[in-house]
Amino acid sequence: MTLDLLRFTTAGSVDDGKSTLIGRLLYDSKQVFEDQLAHVAQASERRGGEGTLDLALLTDGLRAEREQGITIDVAYRYFATAKRRFIIADCPGHQQYTRNMVTGASTADVSVVLLDARRGVLEQSKRHAFISALLGIPEMVVAINKMDLVDYSRERYEELRAEFEGYAEKLTGVSSITYIPMSALEGDNVVSRSEAMPWYDGPVLLDHLESVEVAYDRPGEKPARFPVQWVIRPANGEGDYRGYAGQLASGLLRRGDEVAVVPGGGRTRIAAIDTFDGELEEATAPMSFTVRLEDELDISRGELICHPEEAPSVGREVRADVCWMSGELLRPGGRYLLKHTSRTVTAVVDSLEDLLDTHSLERLGPPGELGLNDIGKVRLRTSAPLAFDPYSTNRRTGSFILIDEASNATVAAGMIAATAA
Amino acid sequence: MSVATRPQLSHLRALESEAIHVMREVAAEFERPVLLFSGGKDSIVLLRLAEKAFRPAPFPFPLMHVDTGHNFPEVIEYRDRRVKELGERLIVASVQESIDKGRVVEETGPRASRNRLQTVTLLDAISEHGFDAAFGGARRDEERARAKERIMSFRDDFGQWDPKNQRPELWNLYNGRIHKGEHVRVFPLSNWTELDVWEYIDSEQLEVPSIYFSHEREVFQRDGMLYAYDPAVTELIEGEEVYRDTVRYRTVGDMSCTGGVLSKAATLEEVVLEIAATRITERGETRADDRVSEAAMEDRKKAGYF
Repeated sequence: MTLDLLRFTTAGSVDDGKSTLIGRLLYDSKQVFEDQLAHVAQASERRGGEGTLDLALLTDGLRAEREQGITIDVAYRYFATAKRRFIIADCPGHQQYTRNMVTGASTADVSVVLLDARRGVLEQSKRHAFISALLGIPEMVVAINKMDLVDYSRERYEELRAEFEGYAEKLTGVSSITYIPMSALEGDNVVSRSEAMPWYDGPVLLDHLESVEVAYDRPGEKPARFPVQWVIRPANGEGDYRGYAGQLASGLLRRGDEVAVVPGGGRTRIAAIDTFDGELEEATAPMSFTVRLEDELDISRGELICHPEEAPSVGREVRADVCWMSGELLRPGGRYLLKHTSRTVTAVVDSLEDLLDTHSLERLGPPGELGLNDIGKVRLRTSAPLAFDPYSTNRRTGSFILIDEASNATVAAGMIAATAA
Repeated sequence: MSVATRPQLSHLRALESEAIHVMREVAAEFERPVLLFSGGKDSIVLLRLAEKAFRPAPFPFPLMHVDTGHNFPEVIEYRDRRVKELGERLIVASVQESIDKGRVVEETGPRASRNRLQTVTLLDAISEHGFDAAFGGARRDEERARAKERIMSFRDDFGQWDPKNQRPELWNLYNGRIHKGEHVRVFPLSNWTELDVWEYIDSEQLEVPSIYFSHEREVFQRDGMLYAYDPAVTELIEGEEVYRDTVRYRTVGDMSCTGGVLSKAATLEEVVLEIAATRITERGETRADDRVSEAAMEDRKKAGYF
């Protein structure tokens, strides 16, 4: 079964073809409404493009973005085909808005990295590919766009593909990369197959997005992780009902399963899986539901229910890649709130291990501090234990955010590394 | 409880699950949340999601309606009935009271609307009750400024939204930390489209106010929109004629700025079919409040609007 909801991310600026590509997907899949189209036609004309329809204008959001012709923050777009519903996280490409690109990438199943066939593999494309890999987006599409401007040249396509492959070799976390030559402006290989590139026999973009498999498609293959969000215990008339409510982060739970509670400890069985619509025999990620347990254990928000033989790591020390999002520097000794699943604890930075050079993808060794948009590996100690998995195996139980206690700002996105040692 | 069959992970169920997760996070992390309930289709879905998130217990928050005094009577009747059925508590924040107290000055003339005034009433009520989180039914597909908004969206102590400096929102880890006087708006339906909302209402067999279905009423035309005529609210401009026609409403707002559409859709199924086939966005077709300028919604949102 493929989930019929797919989230993908694009990144870049208005001028490099990203907005045109999104506009093309929306327009060709007939998701553009007449009033929006009239609006775009009006705006195109005002900007001097008489008689043309600038599809890029479909995706403009904020006043400042329209004025400057740039993307500052993520915009979310929606379209549907007969096969799937899509959510596009349309992200900025500029380095100064990296944190917004990370926001868009954090929930995506697929990333569509844009290359301009004339200009080659530029910094922005590399950054998007790199952030996508760091954020664990398993599927990448490299859209080699503006092929119309290089005479639909196969040689140029092969050349760019080879260049990108050279770069992508160093990216970890991407399980598959699909290269598609296209012209978003002309519509080649976006929704319909290009007649100008008979030499290309791969999928067109929309077909590929309709059929690609996403993480939740095989819930049975992953360990169950059920972070308790909320304890349902009505004070009125429902007797001694006590249910633990949450959203299954991964895997599958069945009534009668033996389960462990971490980090608090304790074992019991699932007495019932409740929903408003009735009890379930089994539930799979990413469903939200409520479990009742056979034994009374002391469980509150922040505990995690799992199968005892497939328990996550439990500890007060984690190593993680962090993407630093604040103008204030991250230094050893820094103290923050750490939110991980439904648990918030205090964390202290023990040490900074490395700084990732996003140009060469080399890890430079130990930095004194991390600044805005820097990415590096840190060691953290927490005030209470966390039940976690490496981010590479579980995006939900392997991720956290850091919050500045004074300003309440979200200052970092954290991805837990495979070994805690 | 009865044993249900294994549900398919349709996109509606995935969206539902995401929204339930958001609601429980807010209930757990905030002291005094409130759910904004207007009697419109989106907030009707919010109520069902709250039932799914918190039953068999009562909701861990009250409901609140910002009543402009110019609402469709059918909607107010529905609102009160639904609240009673649920056994939950409703707070009504009244724009009329804000006017009477001198907090806002009513616009005058035939094009006067209480739409803008609602923002003051809403912010006053949030501060009066000490609410620190307000659930709203806004969706990102509605409008270009809303397409940019986070699911949990920070408001400073003036109730303002700063679109150029939003908190990063990573994975499903919402940062609900605020200082006293600040609050967040929470939009569990962020990723839903208008069609999703109707399909969900259909699949859950939820009752909606009767004005969502085709009916005959007194209307008049203005600026290409079809408005309901109500002698208590409407001030006609010369040349405007009142006549009867068969309409339904795609959105439910203030009578003074919400247009109807000509429609024969009389059942949920027919409404779903009509929305699936429509070529015009809901706000473009029915909301005069968004037509003021290219950035009308962005400007109102910055000031603290829904």
